[in-house]
Amino acid sequence: MRNKAALLAGLCGAAIAAGAAVGEGIDKQDFKQIERGRYLTVAGDCAACHTLPGSGHEFAGGRNIETPFGLLIGPNITPDPQTGIGAWTDDEFVNALKNGTGRDGERLYPAMPYTYYTKITREDALAIRAYLNTLPPVYNPVQPNQLPFPFDIRTSMLVWDQLFFTPGTFRPNPNKSAEWNRGAYLAEGLTHCGMCHTPKNALGGDDNANALHGYALQGWFAPDITSDPRRGIGSWPVEEIVAYLKTGHNSTSAATGLMAEMVNLSTSHLSDADLKAIAAYLKDQPGNPGGDTQTVVKPDEKTMRIGGAVYADECSGCHAADGKGAAGLFPSLNGTPVVQQSDPTSLLHVVLRGARSAATDGAPTASAMPQFAWVLTDDQVAAVVTYIRNAWGNSAAPVSAADVGKARHWLAERSD
Amino acid sequence: MNPRRNSVRGLCVQTAALGRLGSQAVHQLNRRQLLASSAIALLLSSRVAQAALVKGALPWQPGAADPPAAVTPDAWHYFTPSEAATVEAFVDRLIPPDPQTPGGKDCGCAVFIDRQLAGPYGRNEAFYMMGPFQEGTRQQGPQSALTTAQQYRKALAAFDAACREKFNGKTFAGLSDEQKDDVIKGLEDGSFKLDGYDGKTFFTQILKDTQAGFLADPIYGGNKDMAAWKMIGFPGAHYDYRDWIDRHNQRVTLPVVGINNHPNWSQ
Amino acid sequence: MAAPYFLKRLHMARRLPRKDAVIVGLGWTGSILAHELTDAGLDVVAIERGPWRDTASDFPISYAQDEWRYRLQHELFLRPAQTTVTFRNNAGQTALPVRNWGAFMLGNGVGGGGLHWNAETFRFLPSDFLTRSHLTERYGASFLPEDMTVQDWGVTYDELEPHYDQFEYLCGTSGTAGNINGEIHEGGNPFEGARSRPYPTPAMKQGYGHALFAQAAKELGYKPYPQPSGNLSQAYTNPLGVKLGQCTFCGFCEWFGCANYSKASPQTTILPVLLRKSNFEARTECEVMRVNLDRAGKWATGVTYVDSSGEEWEQPADIVLLCAFQLFNVQLLLLSGVGTPYDPQTGKGQIGRNFTHQTTSTAVGFFDKNKYNFNPFVAAGSIGMCIDEFNGDNFDHSNLGFVGGGYIGQVRTNGRPLESMAVPPGTPAWGAKWKQALRDNYLSSVICGAACHGSFYSYRDVYLDLDPTYKDRFGGPLMRMTIDLHDNELKMSAYLTDKYAEILQKMGAAQVVKQPRKGPYDVTDYQTSHLCGGAIMGDNPGNSALNRYLQSWDVPNLFVQGATAFPQNAGYNPTGTVGALAFWSAAAIRSQYLKNPGPLIHA
Repeated sequence: MRNKAALLAGLCGAAIAAGAAVGEGIDKQDFKQIERGRYLTVAGDCAACHTLPGSGHEFAGGRNIETPFGLLIGPNITPDPQTGIGAWTDDEFVNALKNGTGRDGERLYPAMPYTYYTKITREDALAIRAYLNTLPPVYNPVQPNQLPFPFDIRTSMLVWDQLFFTPGTFRPNPNKSAEWNRGAYLAEGLTHCGMCHTPKNALGGDDNANALHGYALQGWFAPDITSDPRRGIGSWPVEEIVAYLKTGHNSTSAATGLMAEMVNLSTSHLSDADLKAIAAYLKDQPGNPGGDTQTVVKPDEKTMRIGGAVYADECSGCHAADGKGAAGLFPSLNGTPVVQQSDPTSLLHVVLRGARSAATDGAPTASAMPQFAWVLTDDQVAAVVTYIRNAWGNSAAPVSAADVGKARHWLAERSD
Repeated sequence: MNPRRNSVRGLCVQTAALGRLGSQAVHQLNRRQLLASSAIALLLSSRVAQAALVKGALPWQPGAADPPAAVTPDAWHYFTPSEAATVEAFVDRLIPPDPQTPGGKDCGCAVFIDRQLAGPYGRNEAFYMMGPFQEGTRQQGPQSALTTAQQYRKALAAFDAACREKFNGKTFAGLSDEQKDDVIKGLEDGSFKLDGYDGKTFFTQILKDTQAGFLADPIYGGNKDMAAWKMIGFPGAHYDYRDWIDRHNQRVTLPVVGINNHPNWSQ
Repeated sequence: MAAPYFLKRLHMARRLPRKDAVIVGLGWTGSILAHELTDAGLDVVAIERGPWRDTASDFPISYAQDEWRYRLQHELFLRPAQTTVTFRNNAGQTALPVRNWGAFMLGNGVGGGGLHWNAETFRFLPSDFLTRSHLTERYGASFLPEDMTVQDWGVTYDELEPHYDQFEYLCGTSGTAGNINGEIHEGGNPFEGARSRPYPTPAMKQGYGHALFAQAAKELGYKPYPQPSGNLSQAYTNPLGVKLGQCTFCGFCEWFGCANYSKASPQTTILPVLLRKSNFEARTECEVMRVNLDRAGKWATGVTYVDSSGEEWEQPADIVLLCAFQLFNVQLLLLSGVGTPYDPQTGKGQIGRNFTHQTTSTAVGFFDKNKYNFNPFVAAGSIGMCIDEFNGDNFDHSNLGFVGGGYIGQVRTNGRPLESMAVPPGTPAWGAKWKQALRDNYLSSVICGAACHGSFYSYRDVYLDLDPTYKDRFGGPLMRMTIDLHDNELKMSAYLTDKYAEILQKMGAAQVVKQPRKGPYDVTDYQTSHLCGGAIMGDNPGNSALNRYLQSWDVPNLFVQGATAFPQNAGYNPTGTVGALAFWSAAAIRSQYLKNPGPLIHA
């Protein structure tokens, strides 16, 4: 099955590079199209919003989607004619994916990543439809729009789309390799990396000038994944990026939280070729050459001393005195991007709450970090987090006790 | 078997453990709460045994922790004022103060014992406490129907009475150090008899608990400021000695710390 | 006072959907068997009496190092309030409940004993598997006491070797091989049975006291070797793809959970992979009451268990595996009517006989505090240096008046203060002098709980049965232990203790205080949790409860794992052999039983 997927991916890549739009329509007996559609559904991580975990009903909707503006619920995209998309035409389906319009012309909210999915070819969209058509239809009426007023007014999205949505299929860059283009097709499209990793403006649109520089959402900071050598993944060889996406772990870092779910549902099932392509694309994304927009303040000596003492007593048992941890088991803090992000939200989340690292077939251990909120004061958390951000040649803005206090507060409102 | 099923992770619920999560603010319904609640519904509706069903992935409870509750020296939780006075005097002779290291009283040994007796330890919650109760051989271990807390109460009452009788109405706490030591020796060798309670048993119990209070982690109310650990040279609640395993016959210079007691974090 | 309560059986047990295999107890053997059988495609459910346990949520680095809570209040163990055993030295006494643990500790919860063990991972000697025939051949049948009931196991070391290897590589065991395919290697144990390859990771680094012991032992002509350790010397990835970390010598090992994934346990070696399998599920906080048998009593139909609400459930299954702790495996057999209970008068009946423990002893060495600092707290559960010259039949017993032996080692695992209060004889038990003695001796004394780790052979009058008086909270009978130390073991213990004392002297001890094991067997004095036997393996139903594949002679679809199967206990920690037997049994189930369910041996 993997070989087949790789072959198909290769075919896709070739098709993309050639800029050709291959055949239209859905052939119910074309198992290749269905299989490709399944693969693309995984690449698009559709299940993350459309499948309620543990329900046993794939793509039947009902899953809560947290947005900065309130709650949405992922709709039912099984072929059920009444409560799913069974009665939709192919054009209506493609429109939803690529243009952000619902069946009755209503605007979809960009929690549905149409701003990214717009890039996929019609052929790929139809393949997805072909696959979805094979699923058991599930009767499950879902009211997706749970946003508070005034956000629940869909027509306001018209203006938003004008400002922040550029529809259109991906156009390969003739100056880049086929592999890069395949990676771009995926990353800017189905795998929609920027959805979490690109900072947003006040209206929730992508801040494309700082694409992939990181964004705080749902209690985490999705890190910088540009080629920045300190904060991004610039120092990671392609194999390390591939390993991370495929298994949730590489020799220095581990996925947790939202990214662990992404790995489990999506990237761990992509072909090695596609993962390499994504890696090639990411490694070509420019970091911020000027460093932080704010000058990195060096921490004071007392903070480093206290932080070092806390580190020695509570952290070094796993992460080791030199911060290097143990490959695949305890993430390295020494020179790694996770500790040097401009926004320390993920660090605070993990220190205060603990975290279970991703579990995949390729990396089943799923080591977990315990919570330290009970034993560390805000000052001590601030000191130790500042310490790991600046020890061993690391450099990142210090964290204050007030930051920690706020983090405790918003963590208390979350159960994850 | 649906091959896609493997892609749905996380059906793992600990119904028993949910109570430990503490207050769970529900201000913001998010997908994880929905996940938990729908999974529980599944559990009950499928008529599986009321158990914690663990399947699909290692369970994870964000923020789970069950640290020991720190004892703060406030009022006595178990001892009456006169019991406390006796016990404080007692522990201070079992472990007398000296210029280098405080004694049992200042180290908080009586506080330790008091808090333990007020809790599961005192109530023998972990013990098998079903009858019939009968005395056996020494090798068969203690067979009392009384809990440890009850035994203390009974023993201290008998001890108090015995002291008053021998010392013309004085309680143990009112005796001189020499007299106290004599009394304790008498308990130890059986010559100081208590009415209705075995003096040796009392002595053995209070000695054991005093030593525990002296040397356990300060979070339990004794071993104040890790005084006992500093005395013997035990660096305390460290976890990583990799830098020291090869340093044979060298004094370990790590700061002495407790589980929740790190003076080195504020210097 | 905690009121006893009896969970009322609310109504008839409700029947659950059938599983291919039901495993009772999710400790080492339960995890190994679950892994093996799910790999073979079976749909497996494991039922565990205690709770789920996980590193980060249950024994994290911020509070795992708590002697009072875990070592003295036994938090990770079974509470006697939940169930216990009764004890007497002999049939002339009335057995009384063990109201609080002393001589042994019973695990509870997922991981079982494997969660809080020392991780000492030994193999038995080849001759240990042939105890009776070997000793008879060498010394003559009359050399063995008349009431000693040792037997051959029915399986040989060579047959188990690949499975010892399997268990060691599962765990990442750290050690130095002494005998690889017959070739003796310097630094290892020259007496060990041949192994096919080196240990998966190198031996642990040793502390001062341990190294000094090795040096002294060498000077006395012995061949010291590092104790094989499941506290890993370096990070390791096992054949299942699960990663373990490097032990940090925290000194809070046995009795405690490991906070940094460096102690081999079901949690750190198998469960992460096992849980991901769609054909496995675990039910925790459920207590199995009995194995159900068909009308003829010859075939197991499943188990009945009670959940934490008192609801009774019947779990039908094609194969039943008892993977609980030794005592409870035997109890389940008795309560379920499998086999015949042992009668010490007639000698008939297999269930409950050949019950054994471990014969441990030590000596305390007091050294000059101005010259010796052992930093005892820099330690691990399986750190240490051992000698095997006096183990098993490695030495000539002709004129010694006993059989058996054990390893001798400086295997000190900790400097936890309440366990490290040894003071020289004559020191008062309290007061200023006691305090000063503690101050003077903590760093410079060698206190080793089980420096002499001797065998415990089996006897006609040491056995298990059901207590006639005392009940558990369901109203069912507790297990009764009838056990005392025999002259053979006491002589052996004195001999080993003398040898250890000599080595302590050679190390430079100013004073050595010998503490050989003395009778009567004392249920308040900790002497390892290595309880064995009660449903032993053998080569025919006349002398055993299980065949060599741990299959019940009486009920062919019932397999009983663990040290329950040991006909007698040897001079080593049992878990390595328990693990090897589990893999050996699993291999037989997979390759033979599943193809043709029924007795694997026709005796």
